[in-house]
Amino acid sequence: MDWMVWTLPTAIFFGVIALLLVVMTTWELVSPTRERRGFLPISTTRGDRFFIGMLSAAYIHLAVVGFTSLSLWLALGVSVVWMLVLLRWG
Amino acid sequence: MTDATPSSPDQVRQRAAKEAARRRRQGRSTGRRLRRGLLMLAYIVFVLLPIYWLVNMSLQTNSEILGELTLWPQSLTLANYAKIFTDPSWYMGYVNSITYVLMNMAISMSVALPAAYAFSRYRFIGDKHLFFWLLTNMMAPPAVFLLPYFQLYYTVGLFDTHIAVALAHCLFNIPLAVWILEGFMSSVPKEIDETAFIDGYSFPRFFVQVFIPMIRSGIGVTLFFLFMFSWVELLLARTLTSTEAQPIASVMTRTSTASGIDWGTLAAAGVLTIVPGIVVVFFVRHHIAKGFALGRT
Amino acid sequence: MNKVPNNRAWWLVLPMLALVAFSAIVPLMTVVNYSVQDVFDANTRFFTGTEWFVKMLNDPALQAALARQFAFSLTILAIQVPLGVGIALLMPKRGWRASLVLILVTLPLLIPWNVVGSIWQIFTRGDIGLMGWSLRQIGYPYNITSSPLDAWVTIVLMDVWHWTSLIALLCYSGLQAIPEAYYQAARIDRASRWAVFRYIQLPKLTNVLVIGVLLRFMHSFMIYAEPFVLTGGGPGSATTFLSQSLAIMATAQFDVGPSAAFSLIYFLIILLVCWVFYTAIMNLQKDRQGGARHD
Repeated sequence: MDWMVWTLPTAIFFGVIALLLVVMTTWELVSPTRERRGFLPISTTRGDRFFIGMLSAAYIHLAVVGFTSLSLWLALGVSVVWMLVLLRWG
Repeated sequence: MTDATPSSPDQVRQRAAKEAARRRRQGRSTGRRLRRGLLMLAYIVFVLLPIYWLVNMSLQTNSEILGELTLWPQSLTLANYAKIFTDPSWYMGYVNSITYVLMNMAISMSVALPAAYAFSRYRFIGDKHLFFWLLTNMMAPPAVFLLPYFQLYYTVGLFDTHIAVALAHCLFNIPLAVWILEGFMSSVPKEIDETAFIDGYSFPRFFVQVFIPMIRSGIGVTLFFLFMFSWVELLLARTLTSTEAQPIASVMTRTSTASGIDWGTLAAAGVLTIVPGIVVVFFVRHHIAKGFALGRT
Repeated sequence: MNKVPNNRAWWLVLPMLALVAFSAIVPLMTVVNYSVQDVFDANTRFFTGTEWFVKMLNDPALQAALARQFAFSLTILAIQVPLGVGIALLMPKRGWRASLVLILVTLPLLIPWNVVGSIWQIFTRGDIGLMGWSLRQIGYPYNITSSPLDAWVTIVLMDVWHWTSLIALLCYSGLQAIPEAYYQAARIDRASRWAVFRYIQLPKLTNVLVIGVLLRFMHSFMIYAEPFVLTGGGPGSATTFLSQSLAIMATAQFDVGPSAAFSLIYFLIILLVCWVFYTAIMNLQKDRQGGARHD
């Protein structure tokens, strides 16, 4: 595993993603999702909204990192809020 | 025939008009057919011309190639081909390429068949997302994975083996196989499965004896695509091998030396890389039309 | 088709998942790890955080490569899609002629990508290539190693030669699936050729065309071997596309960190486009099924 050059931040990053996937799966097992139409132009399931949230989070982080000098934590905060909004009303 | 002979000037005029219209229609449709044929021919010529030029050069000596431009070989020679077929470092390139392509076809097929069955018959948690993730792998540019691949296969001791390239090509070939097979499997009615299970078939026996024969043409088409994408890929194959399992694509780079490019041999080697493709496409020519729609028409 | 909910289907997917994960997830994790470090070897490395991302996103050469990439992908789509549809309409429907045309049209798709580059390199050379020689004979100073315009046109032409067949074959298979009765009905109604295309053939083609556009966009977006052999990215960097910039960075200069950061940005672009197309395909299919099923 040495060649994979792990660092603590990336390990935490992948750990959190794995955890989120487990949580989403358990949630799905406990109460299965229904496809519905929110403010997004397409009807989505919970998993779809989760994916859209993750993808836009990646773009939010890139935009903040690349084109502003704002803190990365701000990007994270915005992404989390956006994810919650998506999951609730998307 | 009741109106064999026209009995009034009016009828004569009508008949003449009808005849003229028929002739015009016919003329137009032969004209159109001719035009369509010519356009098709133009495209075929466009496709074949560069290939013809390659074949043309492969049959010439280097001095003829570099001399006056000739539209066909003036002194036909097979020396370029002879060179490839007698030099092991050349023809082993083809053997290596075909070896890893065949390995990849076997591996991809054996894991893609059950997976495609699952996608076409069942709904399970995360199925849509898993399928999408598979597709993204098909789209992933190999350049992204180049360095980690090299490291990964070096670490597990598979560097410069055929199996390394075969496994690496699974990245885009397994998703492709699942995608195509799922289309073909979905067009087999589900009642077939249910009847077989009622008749007491176990799942593995049903799958091998009943189901696979039913999607034979789909499997043929899938194998064709697996062959095609593994055969044409170069970047990963070149990165993961050095001498033992070197694909023909990297052997070909030897034709450019300090004293210039050996055009004749390069052209002959190029022609020989097209031959396996022609053989394979000939076998699946009847199913290929459906396969190109990935089973979804 | 109604699918049965059954989570045990995961067992059928598992072997496939294990293999693809080995080929995809482990390297992807490594790329992420690389992207936040300055790596010399496994023991000598420094954590750099987001530095590489900042650098890559603001690198003018890469931005130019990205712009060129989009220009190239859109150009070839604009040529190949209409041309491919046209050729599909021209292809004979049955008989030995259909088989022959099918095999000939498929031919360019089966040639290894570097050989495609070689074929066009030979074909377009001014001294020994038919096309280059002919153009010079009629007085055009054709030279792909010095004129960026010539290089661009040649690469686009090569890609059209190489890949239009894919669109044509996809559309051909879509057309083959139209029942003869539709055409008969159109003849009875004296529908014009254009009306037949617009209301019978085109709707059947949308499904395959979306797949075709997706495949073409993705493949053109990672084009590497053909321009590498034909022009080597030149003249200057006029035909250096994304994959090639990346490969130079990763293998020639061994800048592991920056190229990993760049890979991830590249991958995110692919992911977004792929998702948009996938959603479009899925919605198309749902619409078609929705027409037949009322529940």
